[in-house]
Amino acid sequence: MMSESDTVIPESGAQASANSPRGEDTAARREADHPHSAVVTFGADKPLRLDAGGVLTPFQIAYQTYGTPNAARSNAILLCHALSGDQHVANAHPVTGKPGWWETLVGPGKPIDTDRFFVICSNVLGGCLGTTGPSSMNPATGQPYGLDLPVVTIRDMVRAQSMLIDHLGIEKLLAVVGGSMGGMQVLQWAASYPERVFAAMPLATAARHSAQNIAFHEVGRQAVMADPDWRGGRYLAEDTAPRRGLSVARMAAHITYMSDSSLHRKFGRRLQDRDGHTFSFDADFQVESYLRHQGEAFVDRFDANSYLYVTRAMDYFDLAADYGGVLANAFKGTKTRFCLVSFTSDWLFPTQDSRAVVHALNAAGASVSFAEVETDKGHDAFLLEEPELFAITRGFLDAAARTVGVA
Amino acid sequence: MMSPRDLAINDMTMREAARAASGARVDLLLIAEMVKPGSRVLDVGSGDGELLELLATTRGCDARGIELSREGVNAGVARGLAIIQGDADIDLADYPDDSFDYVILSQTIQATRRPKWVLDQMLRVGRHAIVSFPNFGFWRMRMDLLLNGRMPSTDNLPYSWHDTPNIHFCTIRDFVALVEEIDARIDHAAALNGNGTPVRFNLPWAVWNLLGEQAVFLLSRKG
Repeated sequence: MMSESDTVIPESGAQASANSPRGEDTAARREADHPHSAVVTFGADKPLRLDAGGVLTPFQIAYQTYGTPNAARSNAILLCHALSGDQHVANAHPVTGKPGWWETLVGPGKPIDTDRFFVICSNVLGGCLGTTGPSSMNPATGQPYGLDLPVVTIRDMVRAQSMLIDHLGIEKLLAVVGGSMGGMQVLQWAASYPERVFAAMPLATAARHSAQNIAFHEVGRQAVMADPDWRGGRYLAEDTAPRRGLSVARMAAHITYMSDSSLHRKFGRRLQDRDGHTFSFDADFQVESYLRHQGEAFVDRFDANSYLYVTRAMDYFDLAADYGGVLANAFKGTKTRFCLVSFTSDWLFPTQDSRAVVHALNAAGASVSFAEVETDKGHDAFLLEEPELFAITRGFLDAAARTVGVA
Repeated sequence: MMSPRDLAINDMTMREAARAASGARVDLLLIAEMVKPGSRVLDVGSGDGELLELLATTRGCDARGIELSREGVNAGVARGLAIIQGDADIDLADYPDDSFDYVILSQTIQATRRPKWVLDQMLRVGRHAIVSFPNFGFWRMRMDLLLNGRMPSTDNLPYSWHDTPNIHFCTIRDFVALVEEIDARIDHAAALNGNGTPVRFNLPWAVWNLLGEQAVFLLSRKG
């Protein structure tokens, strides 16, 4: 099982090499322009307007679908992935070969039942798995965009997704579901296109990125940019990659996806394949070895500039700011029904963030459910085996499907 | 003080009692009877959503809930009901005026920290409020205290005094006094006796206060 923070413990306790061969990089690189996914390209006739100003054209979206649309095309569920996720929700990952990141929740007979629903997930704008992002080829130069790509926002991502949904001939989505940054997209969908969203499920998320979360992201970005191999963002053209920097960024971020008690439960102070301290800066502790592995594994599948762009999009997210500072105004008159879920040990997107959204939805008179799930797994809980989350998701989506008349 | 005789009481008959035998709790059926079909309802302290489901299925209501316990919320949401995890003592403040036709507080007022504030908020958020509560003036409670000298506990209220969510017990007469204090109107009232059957006759509050194990009130804002 893969999660936003991958939970596999490395078998070898060896220090992760910061200079592994570039073979795996190539596989990841290929995904940027020629992904193992369906791709739709929007040409000059369909430019993407960006919040930063100007338009992006041409651009492409890579996406996966599961299940089949019904005759009325009323059974479509859009899933929005998180910062380090991608469109490979319920199939083996083309680069890592690992199972999809939400196979716990999505599949035949699962709460998001692909036997009943037509499930769609696209790589976000700014990503590196086939949707236009900084590692994509800039048609104007024949080189990867790098930092020439305008900075994108959550709203830009959602605007691009709405063009994909148009392309797929779907007028109204039965549901939009996502956690963390995916949850931000869900909220943006509900605010921007209320008439196109019957049910919205933002999980472990917030209507704005907190100062603490911006701070963590800044640490990650500085780690990338401090790596001499970042080359001012032009590393792809110079055939290198800021592996150390991105790896450190991932290690720091990974800690924020867990909790003190889950780290303690998994690792405690246990040593990694050794009987005593080595009195060196080797990875003596299991938790160190684990983090190094996480950093390394991430670098193999993720582009460093994408990491800068996507974290920035989250930082800029403040839904209320687009509506005169009053979050309730973002949902005024909405007919969408909402179900929010938070997790007790999530300190990255704590329950109070979800509650603020619930209060705004109440003020807007929206139909809203909100549950807090007790777990020690931290922010990552939304990606993991959480029976209560599964039961809530199934119940909420079943009720929505019943109301819409989806068999 | 008003008496039940002053009200246009639509005397609860054995019909409801008979329906109660079909499964749902009598007090919930009494409440459902008071709600106009198709209205917007907020159930404060909705538990796992039994009343919400009853209102949605038998009265066609847009029914939503607030529930403090995580287990209750999660069970209700898993049943497809719109319930939020929240605290009546705090979260009612976030709802705009007149957002519901009815705000219901079923067997919960005795567990609130600020019953008067909660009641005020209910009548701000909803045009009507429906409150059901265990009557601490019920004769068996009085006998318990009189003869045993111990804090009463019944099948409905099994908790011991030191370990109970119920911190603000009241009697029917206490409740009527509170309603007058917040200047609300009693549109309807019913009392259930120890067998769970509605007290059939319009008697003075003092009698209801003795015979009613539970009470259900439908309130409105004055003016």
